[in-house]
Amino acid sequence: MSALAADILADPAARAGEPLVAPYADCTAYVRSEKDGLSVLYLMVEGVHCGGCVRRIERTLQALPDVVHARVNLTTKRLVLKWWGGAGRAGELVGAVAALGFTPLPYDPQKLGREERQRETELLRAMAVAGFAAANVMLLSVGVWAGHFQDMGPETRALLHWFSALVALPAITWAGRPFFRSALGALRHGRTNMDVPISLGVLLAAGMSLWETMRGGPHTYFDSAITLLFFLLIGRFLDSVARGRARSAAERLVALDGTAVTVLDADGRTRAVPPDELHPGMVVLIASGERIPADGRVIAGQSEVDTSLITGETVPSAAGPGTGVFAGTINVGAVLRVEVGAVGEATLLAEIVRLMEVAEQRRARFVGIADRVARLYAPVVHGVALAAFLGWVFVGGMAWQPALMIAVAVLIVTCPCALGLAVPAVQVLASGRLMRRGILLKSATALERLAGVDTVVFDKTGTLTLGRPRLSADPAVDRETMAFAASMAAASRHPLARALAASVPGAVPPDGVREVPGCGLLLDDASGETRLGSRRWCGVDGLDEQVGAEMWLVRPGGAPVRFGFEDELRPDAAGVIAGLRDRGLRVELLSGDRRPTVAAVAGALGIADWTAAATPADKVARLQALAAEGRKVLMVGDGLNDAPALAAATVSLSPASAVDVSRTAADAIFQGARLAPVIELLEVARRADGLVRQNFGLALGYNLLAVPLAVAGVVTPLIAAICMSASSLLVVGNALRLSRAGRCQEGTA
Amino acid sequence: MSGMIYLIPVALFLGGLGLIAFLWSLRSGQFDDLDGAAERILYDEDDDRPPP
Repeated sequence: MSALAADILADPAARAGEPLVAPYADCTAYVRSEKDGLSVLYLMVEGVHCGGCVRRIERTLQALPDVVHARVNLTTKRLVLKWWGGAGRAGELVGAVAALGFTPLPYDPQKLGREERQRETELLRAMAVAGFAAANVMLLSVGVWAGHFQDMGPETRALLHWFSALVALPAITWAGRPFFRSALGALRHGRTNMDVPISLGVLLAAGMSLWETMRGGPHTYFDSAITLLFFLLIGRFLDSVARGRARSAAERLVALDGTAVTVLDADGRTRAVPPDELHPGMVVLIASGERIPADGRVIAGQSEVDTSLITGETVPSAAGPGTGVFAGTINVGAVLRVEVGAVGEATLLAEIVRLMEVAEQRRARFVGIADRVARLYAPVVHGVALAAFLGWVFVGGMAWQPALMIAVAVLIVTCPCALGLAVPAVQVLASGRLMRRGILLKSATALERLAGVDTVVFDKTGTLTLGRPRLSADPAVDRETMAFAASMAAASRHPLARALAASVPGAVPPDGVREVPGCGLLLDDASGETRLGSRRWCGVDGLDEQVGAEMWLVRPGGAPVRFGFEDELRPDAAGVIAGLRDRGLRVELLSGDRRPTVAAVAGALGIADWTAAATPADKVARLQALAAEGRKVLMVGDGLNDAPALAAATVSLSPASAVDVSRTAADAIFQGARLAPVIELLEVARRADGLVRQNFGLALGYNLLAVPLAVAGVVTPLIAAICMSASSLLVVGNALRLSRAGRCQEGTA
Repeated sequence: MSGMIYLIPVALFLGGLGLIAFLWSLRSGQFDDLDGAAERILYDEDDDRPPP
């Protein structure tokens, strides 16, 4: 166990970068048995970058006996393994992958968004059918249009119309289902969305064209109806792909935490169990560096627990028999035995999730710009069509059939094709650009909400800082003491000791150093007892007036020497804060850590508004106060204690190293040690917002132009087709400016 | 003009073949791993080697 623990902590970036995981987790709990004794295991493999990696993994596994299937998906970085025999061999197989230098992590395919993937496939199929039909109907229509200018006989025209109907009607029925479903759903709830005018326009166009075909009329709108569907399906598909990519990346992050827990049974044997199968009263073993899976009480072991993800405190707190520990905290010292006290609804985690849900309901009232436009648009368009019909019948003295045709033509030309593309076209480009910079947009409306942000609230630990202790420079400590302390510290895996050891390169621990769990390091030699550890253990009295974490060194006959640690700021934190302020944004710091530590960070970054020792409820209250002032707040945070605040803010952002709940609550996730993505995100959101508004302008401008023509009764199918394609292309072309402008800016950034 | 009566169905049939081929490839999972498929073509797996 201790050897494993040492391996886990051998990675110095473990705490700050990715969540701590064992080199390879015990996967037995995730193996499923299929018929005929075939075992299947789904793994996510971290570190797969190219075809070479895929090949190495597959060949290694396929060379093992009884392995029947080993295939890596390079796009999703997932591996499916099938073999003859029991679950017991999982360790060996997964070990083989780990030995190649990859990090395999088991996952449950049922828990990943399978439904959304199916929806995406359905859209793609509908798009293929609509594309096929649109191309063929358009070709037939070109023939009809040409026939208007040459002398095509009415029989030939009718034949072409019948062929168009034959292709278009089944295609519209099938490919239009996503829109019809959504429109029906909205109408059933007494609402209206963009899909209502779309469905109505398409169905009316198809119905009227069928009628015209049957009575041998000159004009049909089959081409408009099916082309419209095709364009709209492209928009929908792009939208779903953009979100799907971000989603699968987020899923990978979530799966990192889904490792098994080691349970110690009453008969002294250990077994691996998925975290959701824990029961109160079970005893779990928590190795050094492991995350505690459930709330509980320590029954054996002396260690320290890093609670920064829950409280924001940077200094690990001591844990011994009797101490209560919370799910999500990390054991940084020796092995602990914890009796599970509460699972599921009763845990602190569940409490925080409840706070979060309440906050989220408040935010769900946000309505995207597309829906706001649709709410106004649908009644206006339907009103104009009705007015055209009534006007022609009662004022113009027209028979009701041709007047109805005019009303339908109004509905067709106003069918919001360009409006339907306006938002997805910009979104797909914006999220693609952000993705290349390591920012994952999870929420569809996040960009719109980001564009209005005027206040940015930061959490401290893990957000402004890396959440990793670093030795503060102290001129009072001489070089020899420093080197000695570092060499002693090199014998320990405690994060503070590691930070101390890292300050002197190549420190080698002297013989005879041993670790006293929960206290520090002890060297007992001829000259006496040397202690390096906590203040209490080293026998140093006095008030705790110093900021942050510390270690003390007491040598025989010498005065105690203090080593202070500070939480390292993200390398570009100061620049980003200044940049935000230059853009006219108000910056605040809201931390759960102790006052002096927060004050020091706020001072270093020049943040005037800061709050220390804030509980999760305090944070939510502060955000609500800001919202009451009419401010639009971007919350950036990573801890469990930030999750409710993340949900309460107008829009929220989390680093990839954040806990599960926070990543779930946040609208966007950024990767890497730098804070610059915050500015990048705001910039892209503002540009995207401008483009979306321009697109709506273009689409509405086209309607202003086309509607009077339609009301006047002069719109032929040819004019409708040209107007519609032109406006759609304009909107997409305008959206493309986002990626072009981005490239120019990247050069200067 | 009378040739259209069979030329159009022929054209639609050929186009339909393409559509069916696409739907089939979608169903059989050929679009599941676009990056991987691009790289796999480059391996010389010695599948034609006689079994040892």
